[in-house]
Amino acid sequence: MSKFMTWVDERFPATKVWEEHVSKYYAPKNLNFWYFFGSLAMVVMVLQILTGIFLTMHYKPDSSLAFASVEYIMRDVPGGWFIRYLHSVGASMLFIVVYLHMFRGLLYGSHRSPRELIWLLGMLLYVTLMAEAFFGYLLPWGNMSYWGAQVIISLFGALPGIGPGLSEWIRGDFVVSDATLNRFFAFHVILVPLLLSLLVYLHIVALHKVGGNNPDGIDIKKDKDASGKPLDGIAFHPYYTVKDNLGVAVMMTALLAVVFFVPELGGWFLEKDNFAPADILQTPPDIVPLWYLTPYYSILRAVTFEWLPGGAKLWGVLAMGAAIVLLFFLPWLDRSPVRSIRYRGWMYKTALTLFVITFVMLGYLGTRNPSHVDLGLLKNVTWSQIGLVVYFAFFLLMPIYTRMDRTKPEPDRVTG
Amino acid sequence: MAEDKTEESQPNRRRQFLTALTSAVGVAGAGAMMVPLVASMAPSARARAAGAPVEVDISELREGRMMVVAWRGKPVWIVRRSEKMLADLTEIRDQLSDPDSTVEQQPAYAANGHRSIRPEILVLLGVCTHLGCAPTKKFERGAASGISADWRGGFFCPCHGSRFDLAGRVFKNVPAPTNLEVPPHSFVTDNRILIGLDSQEAA
Repeated sequence: MSKFMTWVDERFPATKVWEEHVSKYYAPKNLNFWYFFGSLAMVVMVLQILTGIFLTMHYKPDSSLAFASVEYIMRDVPGGWFIRYLHSVGASMLFIVVYLHMFRGLLYGSHRSPRELIWLLGMLLYVTLMAEAFFGYLLPWGNMSYWGAQVIISLFGALPGIGPGLSEWIRGDFVVSDATLNRFFAFHVILVPLLLSLLVYLHIVALHKVGGNNPDGIDIKKDKDASGKPLDGIAFHPYYTVKDNLGVAVMMTALLAVVFFVPELGGWFLEKDNFAPADILQTPPDIVPLWYLTPYYSILRAVTFEWLPGGAKLWGVLAMGAAIVLLFFLPWLDRSPVRSIRYRGWMYKTALTLFVITFVMLGYLGTRNPSHVDLGLLKNVTWSQIGLVVYFAFFLLMPIYTRMDRTKPEPDRVTG
Repeated sequence: MAEDKTEESQPNRRRQFLTALTSAVGVAGAGAMMVPLVASMAPSARARAAGAPVEVDISELREGRMMVVAWRGKPVWIVRRSEKMLADLTEIRDQLSDPDSTVEQQPAYAANGHRSIRPEILVLLGVCTHLGCAPTKKFERGAASGISADWRGGFFCPCHGSRFDLAGRVFKNVPAPTNLEVPPHSFVTDNRILIGLDSQEAA
């Protein structure tokens, strides 16, 4: 064996890469529950690619065949229902895991210097993943697929000047049609997965260059033993590979429980209106995207102020775009002297709590009719407007409150 | 020293120039390659041909009723409005955002109080001007419509709650920015409408 590895290593840096990134990659020893989600995201992504490949063997990207081919997979392909449900539930699972992974960043300051590029690459991954989900959602050619795509593509139509031409170019037709379905299939199965794979690679290269953060938000590389190994670090393999495997087992249990017992999760993972084929003359009663996009959808709908120059629609689209773009600037908006929530003061803790509540609330509101009363008290759109203000305040006031906040001194070494 | 410098930098500058030139040609080539790829995504000849005008027979359309036909893959509504419906149009002016159709959402021949060629026959594109949903008709008056007690009939978009009157004019304080679009259309005979073509184009 070692003779074989020597032969390989003279031609390809196999052992070097393995040691540098796995067996001698020292991660902080105090990583907790929140550090499961990065590796889980990668596992679900592999699962999505794998199930996706097998779905393409039976799926037909043609507007007259697509809906029936999905039903064919569900009914006639051996085990087809399992592969399809794994793929549709896996999509939601990927977003759950990614949102928790991002929240971990906000908790422990993983986006702070010197990890800005990891955060930026991660945000690019998040946006690309939203595109992947959006393209994929059209493919079953259900009525919600169709009208969801119609609504999102016409968002581009709100841009002054180029708007109408641009949305026609995206659709390849005057309406969402066969041409649109065919190109979305191409984007979903090849273009975007290639981009995602590249971005995951870059995300990890950047992470391994500077080393991972930890719940104390302090640098473990400043205390090393004689051999240059960080005193508070442990080898990624076997310590974290074993830990992450436990995470995979727990997550797969949850994922399979949903797949086997509630694959639609009451309309949250597969919407009821999508079990009817696309109909260009009949809009579903409420057009809502799946839950992982609804926070931004609420922000879009919250802007109803006609007095704005250019009209409410344009500003709604801009607000939605800005809500995502602001996340990219987080490393520079946060001016706190400490990284981790453990040593921050009450201001950041309050702001983060409010932000999480707002994000979940906006997500919920986005799935509901905008003119109805929600959460007992106010109209849906009024709640959304309150949410919009809190959402933007969290980011725009961050340079002020993170600097004013009374922080605690950070420890020298990690605290367990 | 000074001589050395010129001797060294002369070929260097030439090399830099050549490198820049080669890079520029490479970028131009890659850019040129993008042109046919990007162009291929525009609506194809078949898609554009499918956007041809549609002729509709409205002899069966009764007063107060609506019919839906497809043109360019979009729903087109044709409504035969009653006297009462037409009378209501002037009464709700104050609640509308653009009652006089100043925004160009209709051909010039429909930029009037009833937004149509013949007062009773309304032709509208059934696509919400907010985000392209299909509004639903709410012709019942008052509370029966489920909208409000003073509702005079019109259209309601279920996606984001935009409301339009029986001439497709948008109400104030709803997400939709403009009135519903009146597609180009003309009367071939009293009971036949050609959707997609103005009469002057036909002539």
